[in-house]
Order: sequence, then C-alpha cells, then structure tokens
Amino acid sequence: MPEQQDIILDVRNLQTHFFTDDGVSKAVDGVDFSLNRGETLGLVGESGCGKSITSLSILRLIASPPGKIVGGEILFKGQDLTKKSEADMRTIRGNEISMIFQEPMTSLNPVYSVGEQIAEVLRLHQNMGRKEAWDKAVDMLRLVGIPSPEKRATQEPHELSGGMRQRVMIAMALACRPEILIADEPTTALDVTIQAQILELMKKLQVEMGMSIIMITHDLGVVAETCDRVAVMYAGKVVEYTTAQNLFANPRHPYTVGLMNSLPRLDEDVEELQAIKGNVPSPFNMPVGCRFAPRCPHATELCNTKLPELLAYADGSKVRCWMYTSEWDGDTKTATEVGV
Amino acid sequence: MFVYIIRRLLQMIPVLLGVILVVFLIMQMVPGDPAVLLAGEGASAETIAKMRTQLGLDQPIMVQYAQYVFNVFQGDLGTSLRSNLPVWDEIMARLPATIELALASIFVTVVLGMIAGIVSATKQYSAADITIMVIALLGVSLPSFWLGLSLIYTFSVKLQLFPVAGWGTWKHMILPAITLGTAGAAIVARMTRSSMLDVVRQDYIRTAKAKGLRETVIIYKHALKNALIPIITVVGLQFGFLLGGTVLVESVFAINGLGRLIVDAIRMRDLPVVQGGVLIASIIFVFVNLLVDVLYRYFNKRIDLN
Ligand SMILES: Nc1ncnc2c1ncn2[C@@H]1O[C@H](COP(=O)(O)OP(=O)(O)O)[C@@H](O)[C@H]1O
Ligand code: SF4
Ligand SMILES: [Mg+2]
Repeated sequence: MPEQQDIILDVRNLQTHFFTDDGVSKAVDGVDFSLNRGETLGLVGESGCGKSITSLSILRLIASPPGKIVGGEILFKGQDLTKKSEADMRTIRGNEISMIFQEPMTSLNPVYSVGEQIAEVLRLHQNMGRKEAWDKAVDMLRLVGIPSPEKRATQEPHELSGGMRQRVMIAMALACRPEILIADEPTTALDVTIQAQILELMKKLQVEMGMSIIMITHDLGVVAETCDRVAVMYAGKVVEYTTAQNLFANPRHPYTVGLMNSLPRLDEDVEELQAIKGNVPSPFNMPVGCRFAPRCPHATELCNTKLPELLAYADGSKVRCWMYTSEWDGDTKTATEVGV
Repeated sequence: MFVYIIRRLLQMIPVLLGVILVVFLIMQMVPGDPAVLLAGEGASAETIAKMRTQLGLDQPIMVQYAQYVFNVFQGDLGTSLRSNLPVWDEIMARLPATIELALASIFVTVVLGMIAGIVSATKQYSAADITIMVIALLGVSLPSFWLGLSLIYTFSVKLQLFPVAGWGTWKHMILPAITLGTAGAAIVARMTRSSMLDVVRQDYIRTAKAKGLRETVIIYKHALKNALIPIITVVGLQFGFLLGGTVLVESVFAINGLGRLIVDAIRMRDLPVVQGGVLIASIIFVFVNLLVDVLYRYFNKRIDLN
C-alpha cells in the first residue's frame, strides 16, 4: 500500500442518513477508503448500496432535508470537507473535484449549447473572459475526441448522441484540471463499444493530467479494466478494501466472493452462475449484526448479533467479517487472520 | 417556423368568419329592435319600416351576414347607429386604453406571478411558500369587481394614493392593473412553483451544482429557462381571460376602453359597433395565441426533436 503522503482523499467512517416520514434511511453508514494521487479507486456494489450517495456526500451535494452527513470525515488534502462552508465547497466543486454521472442523456442542460456549458465552468473557476473560455471549451471538446469541435460547441445536447454527451460531460469535468474525478457509473447507460471507448478516453486523460479517479460501478469487468484499488460496498458499508489484483486473486469477504461467483466465466457453463441468494436489506431496517448475514452462507450466531468492524491487514487491505477474527465461532477457520 | 406562421394566419380567417356569424346570431336572438330604438319611442310603423330598410335589417340574416363580411374585407366596419361615426374610428378611440390596461395587467400577472412562484419553489414548505400559496389560492377565487372596489376604497378613498377612476397617467393604471392581473398572477405563481420544482429535480441541475455554481445562477440561469415552457402556456391562456376581464374592470374604474364601448353598444343594440368591437377583440386574441404558440415552439424545439 502507498505511502501516507500520497493520499489525496481519505474518507473515514462516513455516514449519510435520510430523515424521511417513513423513518431514517441509513443509506451510507460506515464508508472508509483512501484515494492516492494518480490512482483509480473502484467503488463497487449492487444497486442501492450507497455508491452514489457516498460520492454526492464527498461534494456535499446531498439535499438537506431529507439527507444529512451525520458522521465521519472526508479529508481532502488533509482538510475535512464535512466542515467546509458552502462557499468553500463551491470553489472545490467542478474545480478541484469534478463529477460525471450515469445519465449522459439528461445530465446536460437542454437549453444551452454544450460549448457554453463547458465555458461556464472555466469562467467561474479560472477567471476567464467569454472569448478565452469559449476557445478553451472548444479545445476541451477536441481533447475528448469530438470531431469538428468548433461546430459541436455551438450545438445543444439534443443534437448529440449519448456517447458524445458523455464525452462533453468529461470535457466539462476536466476543464479546470481537477485533482479528483468522480465517475458515477459513467458507462452504464452506453452500449458496449462506446463503453470501451469512454473508459479508454478516461484512462488516457488520467495519465495526461495526473488526476485521481473514483470509478463507481456495479460492473466487475470495469473494475478489472480500470482500477488500481477497490472498495466493495454492501448495504451502506465498505466490507472490503484492497488492490484490484488482490480482489480478483483472493477475495476475502463472502459478499465479494459471491460477486465473483456471479461473474460469467469463459470456462464454465452459464447455468452454473451463482447469483447471491436473497435480497439487500432495507436501509430503513438494517440487521443488527453483520448486514450480509441474512444472505451469507457462513453466517453464525455471532454474525447475527454483533456488527463486525472493518479491520486492516498489515498490507493495508481491510475486511469487515467475523471469519477473519479470533472471535470467529464458525467451522471454516480461514487461513489469514486480520493483523491489527 | 415561417411556414407555420403563415399557415396559422390563414387558419385565422375561418375562425373570424365564425366569430362574426355567432355575434350575428346572438344579436338576432336578444330582444329589442335597433330600428325601434333608433326611431324613438312612439314612432309610426311606417318610420320604423323605413328605418329597417335603410339599415338593411329587412334582408334575410344570411344576406346581412354576407354583406357585412364583404364590407369588412374592404376595410369597412360600418357606421355606428348611435353616433353615426365610422365604427373603426369609435374603436380606435377606445382601443389604446384597453391595450394599455391589458399590457399593464399581464405585466402584473407575469412579474408578480413568476417572482412569487420562484420564491415559493426555492423555499419549498417554508413560511414564505405557504403564505404565497394561500394568497394564490385566494387570488384565483377573488371576484375582480370586489378586489377592484376594495383597492379603490383602501388606496384611493382612504389613503388617497391613486385616482379613484379614469385613465391617462401611470397612477391611473396601477389599481386596475392589479385588479385585472391578480387572478392570473395567482395561477402563474402556482404554475411557476410546480414547474420549477419539477426542473430542480432534473439531472442537469445536479450537474450545475457539481460545477460549483451558486444557487442564484442555478435557479435563474439553469432552471428558469427550462421551467418557462408551461409558464408561457399559462400566461397565454391568462391573456384570453384578461381581455374578457377588461370589460368589468373598465366599468369599475370608469375607463373608456373597448370593453365599455362594446357593453354600451349591446345595451343600445348598436349592432355594427358590437360586431366591429368583437371582431377586433377576436383578432387581438387570435394574434396573442399565435404569439404564445410561436414562443412555445421556440422554447420547446429541443424537446420536440428528442
Ligand atoms: N432522498 C432520499 N431519501 C431517502 N432515501 C434515499 C434518498 N436517496 C437515496 N436514498 C437511499 O440511499 C440508498 C443508496 O442509494 P444510492 O447511493 O443511489 O445507491 P447506488 O449504490 O445504486 O448508487 C438507496 O437504497 C436509497 O434507499
Ligand atoms: S461476518 Fe458472518 S455473516 Fe457477515 S460476511 Fe462474515 S461470515 Fe458472513
Ligand atoms: Mg447510483
């Protein structure tokens, strides 16, 4: 694991809850990960596990009410974003930390030209004049591989395809050369060939600009393709955090193992795919013990009654599972115990 | 767009022909014979008959109608039975006051309505939002003559800030415009609120926030332009009601406008003036509708093409 000074973003025990008429939804309830300069971190998990809420929390874009960051720290270059003023956050958003979204079709404003939407962020953060910002916007469109960018800049989003729009979003997000790009399922809504192109583009620009990426996805294929390190989330909590290599070679958490088993393999019959049985718990009514216990093949009495902590191995990997502790009361005593 | 406008203008012709016909038929049905009224009380049957022939009232209704339409296309709206002046001149003398009143009122409707709606939407469920929405609810159901008389009593009689009646200066305009514009403002406020609330939930507003834009830029630049489409439709509809409302407000504030001209003419069975007045009012109405549709298409073109 990397040296301490490489860490640009350190999220510690983040908790974001929604206070609704139906009760408190603990959408994010214990997210820990750190992101190093220049690397790509995958944030992985089934739909609804809190990936988007985590990323919106980092930019402090959770609508309040009903949402609120109720605990934890988000250390960006050592400063806690949860304590920043709204005005301070505005200088960070779109400038030092940018975000792109899953829905390229609807994430651009339909009534302004794409050039204007990119230029706007440059005028805002880089103190550029109209002309200079427009020229830079055209440059950005060229950079993300949009043909005849001068003409495209004057067009409105409805004149562009989904893949083009996601390129525009990337151009907009990277215009101010942010240190972190948060990409929330950037390719999920696109068809496969376009997906590959967009991922390729992001990798290329990451190298050119030296930024860090948080790649949110539920697709382990995308993880394998792009990520250096991975945080696996389940029901609002990070359950495993390790390098991408480790994750595929030696998944520790039973949920991660389940995810791996549900991946189609070339050497297996499709029928043998094991989806994880059961349902994700409701964020309004989480199990008292391990949140994965109702679905876990190894669950014991201990799992059902007591919540496991996220514990670290010497190499920096982390896992949240009783199996890897000395308190484990089940039969499968696993090889490596967590060395705290 | 150009072809569309031409097509719409051509479509106006049958509409206006229909309007003239309906007015003709209605005036036929109302009791009271203009010839009798004009000849005066106790005129002989002979005088009355002569008067009828002179006015062309002895002709079958359809012939009268055809004759009228023919004259209109020649730019002749006829002569007032009462004043013997050309109907065109009578209308033109009254039209400016009505147009001023309508514009001032639509200004109240749009500006007051949109500001209230935006405040409501951006402060959803706050005290300001609830207050505005309660007032808007009352504003829709408030009879305009009652509102007009209350305003006159409070601001003209008691506080003496504005003239009680008449037309001419901006001071004359304020109370009638508020009277006429309030109901529309209430409806526009509610539409603005719901449209804005709908827009601020959209993904591109989240994008705007993620760019680091401030709230006011997000609301007035990114949200408002998108929220405008349903608001334009409502304002267009309101303009129709508003033209109808001028009749009442002109009476309450004693403004010599087109509405009063038509009402007086109906009372006197002054058919040419009624006919001409309604025709001009209809033309204005149809043009406003066309303008609204053109604006709507302009703002909506991205959505159409999607
Ligand atoms: N406005 C809200 N009110 C209540 N609960 C919410 C709200 N927004 C999100 N949530 C909850 O947060 C959970 C996580 O959502 P999200 O982060 O979008 O999941 P994903 O991992 O698919 O991105 C969801 O299960 C949802 O119930
Ligand atoms: S703590 Fe128990 S229930 Fe939870 S994942 Fe580990 S073994 Fe399964
Ligand atoms: Mg999501």
